[in-house]
Parts: sequence; structure tokens; C-alpha cells
Amino acid sequence: MDKKDLIQYIETIADNSLILGQRMGELTGHGPTLEVDIACTNISLDLFGQVRSYFQYAAQLSNQEISEDDLAFLRQERAYKNVLLVEQPNRDFAYVIARQFLFDHYHFLFLKHLQNSEDETLAAIAKKSIKEVSYHKRFSSDWIIRLGDGTEESKQKIQTAVDDLWQYTQELFEPNEAEKAAEEKHIGVDIVSLQAEYTQNVGKVLQEATLTQPDLKFFQRGGKKGIHTEHLGYLLSDMQYMQRTYPNMKW
Amino acid sequence: MGNKKEWPLWEVFVRSKNGLEHRHFGSLHAADAEMALENARDVYTRRSEGVSIWVVESEHITASNPEHNGELFEPAQDKVYRHPTFYDLPDEVKHM
Repeated sequence: MDKKDLIQYIETIADNSLILGQRMGELTGHGPTLEVDIACTNISLDLFGQVRSYFQYAAQLSNQEISEDDLAFLRQERAYKNVLLVEQPNRDFAYVIARQFLFDHYHFLFLKHLQNSEDETLAAIAKKSIKEVSYHKRFSSDWIIRLGDGTEESKQKIQTAVDDLWQYTQELFEPNEAEKAAEEKHIGVDIVSLQAEYTQNVGKVLQEATLTQPDLKFFQRGGKKGIHTEHLGYLLSDMQYMQRTYPNMKW
Repeated sequence: MGNKKEWPLWEVFVRSKNGLEHRHFGSLHAADAEMALENARDVYTRRSEGVSIWVVESEHITASNPEHNGELFEPAQDKVYRHPTFYDLPDEVKHM
């Protein structure tokens, strides 16, 4: 696979973790309880760790012409390939959990298959990450069940969040050009084939949570092609602030 | 959480290595045992401190009364012969 295409593919994968990691990181000091605050920021750190592995690999493929920081902090909004789902804001704890839940179930299936990639580095990153993501999936699914099968108020709030975010789930299974190219070369995952299992797994948890699985005909898409909702710009201005104010700063 | 009822307190015990005993690490709030385990995992083992976690609701622990410390503990202070300090421990014995 052409190195430039492979870098595009890596961005498509890693940007999901990067943007979701930033959203979860926003909860630092703001979680509903100290324990849940730490859990959410742990998830954020797991995701950033994965992003570093991906971007270090991309930097290496570019012969260090671009750095991991360039990729994370110095791209324009239209260059980010993350799905719209992960950039949706932390409206309340139900939204935080629903977004995480809808992404984790996809992420887990995706990594399960990425472990078989013919690209050894990507396969190794997937192998390392899948243990973390298994835990994320367990955490978010448990909370879906707690809130759904909880009080009348918690049930109403989590159902609203799931209903609202459902319109962003279809995009997870619609490959962009980089994903199509990577799949043809047996480097990428055939994401179309993941949808049936995803719907089944998510449905099982929603059922246990006594929630209704939304039935939608129209879905939002665009993130993978760089066309984002109005929320991403604000997230990026926050996330990129340090690197843009103090160019080339390092920890 | 506002005016909501607070989650009960749980005590967390972590075994840091196989072969060692569980030690008290601290406490946390959780709605039930399952959540207490997950919270303990996130709060106390995120720097790979453990291989096993026990949690127990704090109200199930019966504690000695500090006012009774005199009669409970002080009589032992002048009985040095009860301490295992009068023989040499072989190097092979670990974790004593």
C-alpha cells in the first residue's frame, strides 16, 4: 500500500480515538462522582495512548517529515477524519455514556479484526488496545443498563441520548476512500461486515437496559470525509491551543 | 448529584502480587458491589498495583473503640518475649 494512503488510513482510525479522548478528558474534575470522573479520564488516557502509537507509526512512515504533534494538533478541521458520533458534546452524563457505548461496541469489533491486518504494526497496536477497549465496552454497557433500568428520570435521560446519537451510528460502517483501499490490501478492516454483529450486540444491551432501540431511516454522515458538525471547531480550538500558541513546544 | 442520596461507602482491599495477602488500600463510594469493584479498579489499580480486588461495604466492618485502646493494646507493650525477635530468620523465607 502506498505510504500516503496508509497514513490517510491511520488518520481515519486514530482520529476517532483522539476526538473521543478529548471529549472524555473534558470531564477531568467534572465527573458526576470522584470515582466516575477517574474512570472517564482513564478511558481518555487509554484512547490517547492508542493515538500516540498510531501517529508515531504515521510519522515514521513519513520519514519524520510530519510529527505526531503535527497530526494531533496542527491540522485544519477539514483534515480530521473522525466520525461525527465522537465529536458530539457532553450534554449530560447520559450523552457521555451513550456516545461511549455506541462507539465502544464498534471499536471492539474493529480492533478484533484489525489484529489480523497484514500490516504488523497495526496488528500489534490492535492487540494491545483491545484489552483496554474491552474494559471501556464493559464500563459503558454497565452504565447503559444501570441508567436504563434505573429510575424513571435516568431511563428517560439515557433513552433521549441514545435516540439522539443513533443518527450518527450508520457512518461507522461506511468506508471512506482510505478505508476501501486499505481493506483491498488486507491491511484495513472490512467495516461493512461488522454492522450485523454490532446491531445485535448493542441491541442485547439495550434490551437488558429496558430501552428501545431507535428505528431511523435517515442518518448523518460526513466526518470521515472531513465534513463535521459545528461542535468540532470548538473542540479543536481548545485542544490545539497550546501547540498553536507556543509552536513546537514539547513536554 | 445535588440532593440525591449518597452512594454507600466501600472498603477496598488489593492483592498486589500472587502469594501476598490482600491489603487495605482505601475506600470509595458505589451504588452496589459490582460498581464498587469497577470503581476500585479505576481508582486504585490504574498504575498496575494489583492482581485481585476485594470490596466490602464499610458498615459491615466492626471496629474497635479507640477509647478502649488502653485495656486492649497497652498490656502487650511490656511483653517483649511475645515478639519473634529471638531467633534468626533464614534468608530463604520471604514476606515475613
